[in-house]
Amino acid sequence: MSTTAHAGRTPAAPGQSAVPAGPAPGAGPAPATPTAPSEAAAAATLGVETVARTMAEAAAEPATGITGAQSLVRSLEAVGVEVAFGIPGGAILPLYDPLFDSRIRHVLVRHEQGAGHAATGYAQATGRVGVCMATSGPGATNLVTPLADAYMDSVPIVAITGQVSSGAIGTDAFQEADIRGITMPVTKHSFLVTSADEIPQRIAEAFHLAGTGRPGPVLVDVPKDVLQARTDFSWPPRIDLPGYKPTTRPHGKQVREAAALIASARQPVLYVGGGVLKAGASAELAELAELTGAPVVTTLMARGAFPDSHPQNLGMPGMHGNVTAVTALQKADLLVALGARFDDRVTGELSSFAPNAAVVHADIDPAEIGKNRRADVPIVGDAKATIAELVSALRAEHQAGRTPQLTAWWEQLEDWRARYPLGYDWPEDGALSPQYVIERLGAIAGPDAIYASGVGQHQMWAAQFIRYEKPGTWLNSGGLGTMGYAVPAAMGAKYGRPETTVWAIDGDGCFQMTNQELATCAIEGIPVKVAVINNGNLGMVRQWQTLFYEGRYSNTHLNTHGPREGAGKPVRIPDFVTLAEALGCVGLRCESKDDVDAVIEKAMAINDAPVVIDFIVGSDAQVWPMVAAGASNDEILAARDVRPVFGEGQV
Amino acid sequence: MTRHTLSVLVENKSGVLARVSALFSRRGFNIESLAVGPTENPDLSRMTIVAEAESQPLEQITKQLNKLIEVIKIVELDGGAAVQRELLLVKVRAPLADRNQVLQTAELFRARVVDVNVDTVTLEATGTPDKLQALVAVLTPLGIKEMAQSGTVALGRGPRSMSGAGTLRPVDQRSA
Repeated sequence: MSTTAHAGRTPAAPGQSAVPAGPAPGAGPAPATPTAPSEAAAAATLGVETVARTMAEAAAEPATGITGAQSLVRSLEAVGVEVAFGIPGGAILPLYDPLFDSRIRHVLVRHEQGAGHAATGYAQATGRVGVCMATSGPGATNLVTPLADAYMDSVPIVAITGQVSSGAIGTDAFQEADIRGITMPVTKHSFLVTSADEIPQRIAEAFHLAGTGRPGPVLVDVPKDVLQARTDFSWPPRIDLPGYKPTTRPHGKQVREAAALIASARQPVLYVGGGVLKAGASAELAELAELTGAPVVTTLMARGAFPDSHPQNLGMPGMHGNVTAVTALQKADLLVALGARFDDRVTGELSSFAPNAAVVHADIDPAEIGKNRRADVPIVGDAKATIAELVSALRAEHQAGRTPQLTAWWEQLEDWRARYPLGYDWPEDGALSPQYVIERLGAIAGPDAIYASGVGQHQMWAAQFIRYEKPGTWLNSGGLGTMGYAVPAAMGAKYGRPETTVWAIDGDGCFQMTNQELATCAIEGIPVKVAVINNGNLGMVRQWQTLFYEGRYSNTHLNTHGPREGAGKPVRIPDFVTLAEALGCVGLRCESKDDVDAVIEKAMAINDAPVVIDFIVGSDAQVWPMVAAGASNDEILAARDVRPVFGEGQV
Repeated sequence: MTRHTLSVLVENKSGVLARVSALFSRRGFNIESLAVGPTENPDLSRMTIVAEAESQPLEQITKQLNKLIEVIKIVELDGGAAVQRELLLVKVRAPLADRNQVLQTAELFRARVVDVNVDTVTLEATGTPDKLQALVAVLTPLGIKEMAQSGTVALGRGPRSMSGAGTLRPVDQRSA
């Protein structure tokens, strides 16, 4: 390995320091390597996009006789990558050498899972493609969870993995794993690069696949000898994907049919999924909603796609959705599903879901349409284009005198809304209410902050009790339900939107899976804030044990409140405050209602380091409403043993 | 459950067969037969897949197949509108006393003798799966020592072609 030549590379800075410099808190990410003065000036005045573009233009110049690794770094620069999250290792070492000189910022994480979720958080917060890197074998297999996570939630990320040398593939070589084969079912596509000459094309294809159509993760596996081989570089390469032609424009006839159904429906619901956020279609959705006057429900993946403050927003449907949103879907005569996939957590028992509803199903992925629920009007297309065309078609319906009469429907909805608002009880033992903590956090940090949550009770409460007004402010692991998502995703989001306050809302179980990335945040200058909703248990599992297993709490007690009664030493293991401090963060603790606002405000005032607040909350708080797994949505319980009365016959 | 024959044009690249077969197994479909081979275009291979499925799950699997980046086109070939063939090699016990019966059977089924020795005769037969099944049924009492059978390969009847323009109805457009 002896390659530091940068043939034909204009902005090369030989001899200059390439030590990555952290972005100043609250400022745009700084280029890692010193740049030519004019470029630096342009970047300073025009911001992130310009940094990416300038870098892309410079990188697009052809080069001869460079290494595969150099070609790969040039390719990443040319597609406009500004940051990659990763960890080096044997097989990918050749790539890290030219990366040292690149203006792509590499964030050295503490575990590859953190790299993957950081790329996801970055992508969800910015709308750009996130990038993560790992070496062969265990490095690559540690990326499997975040890849599966991104696949389920349709997040555009590209993973670059080192592979053992071509000649060693298939010999059970040291740190060899068939990562392309392993990730086939959890990626949109995966490549094994076989020659250095194909590197620019594969990178261009990977980013094209990840970011277009239904977005998703793409893996590019590069053997070590390919990284070391000599090659020529030119940009842009030819993209050759004859089997990939996503349909983005909806079919006019189907859009008109959908508009006719909407215009004649008496009890319509706009069932909005994450596809609306992926397509950046919030403005179009608001127009459609106001034009139809129909109620809107936003799924777990779509929180923020439509303002919670809008009177037509009924909130979140599903297993822990509110009574009005769940029941509106059940009683609807028309569901207009936009970028949603009729997930089992939304539909409950499929056979009894929305039994009287006709279905308009618009999605960019034809395989989603009719997968779980038959569609009366299927529309394949990008949500932004589809909703815009629905608006035009609906205007035509209105002009022809066909306007929906929704007065009776809204009377019914408002009645449910008044009788079954979201709420919670304070723990009887005087402990702090987790819902209150999350509600106050949302109120104080406000609708401009980004909230990234882990998975479990705190995730549901964060989806329920924070008011989301803007797209890209709610990040979570919806489909895969990946505990440990919050901290690294918040890190990625904060990197991508450094001017924005980013809160990770985590549970004590989740937090113990990936909190080591707080060391990354502290060292790399990424000041995220973490609210640990510490109930001392795997809370959601404990809730199910309470409800369905006679309170037999098998293996859910985590000792983060201290031991169970009569057992062990009275210490919290771990103590999250001292843990936070050990990781270079500010550690705070809050145990009473009176301190909640003050501690949140204290954390809000700290912008030069990550902050962790350990909120000691009651262990027995539960998530309500709830539709039990496999039950019909008609069986929703507003609270334990409280079944709503829907006023049958009114609708 | 009905039998469906899918003709799938895919990019001629390594790993495609793994993706396709993994997709079938993950979605709980049993592949009855699968044949892969070159096409008139060296960049493309044709997979002929025979699977038992209801029509609704079949639609889902074809949509999922279509999502694979390396899959170019999928057409379902209906029994009557397509020529379907399999190849059978079968080694039958054929001592002198029975040999004539084996040879007559071969003639009836238009099978060819491709190997002979003192004890056995090896026949090569092509045809529809039904015809080959019938041949096997007739040969079984004589004593089949070993057999190997290919998957089905199929082409639509008539002048149209799958890779040409304005051709067979792709499966994925049926619902949209």
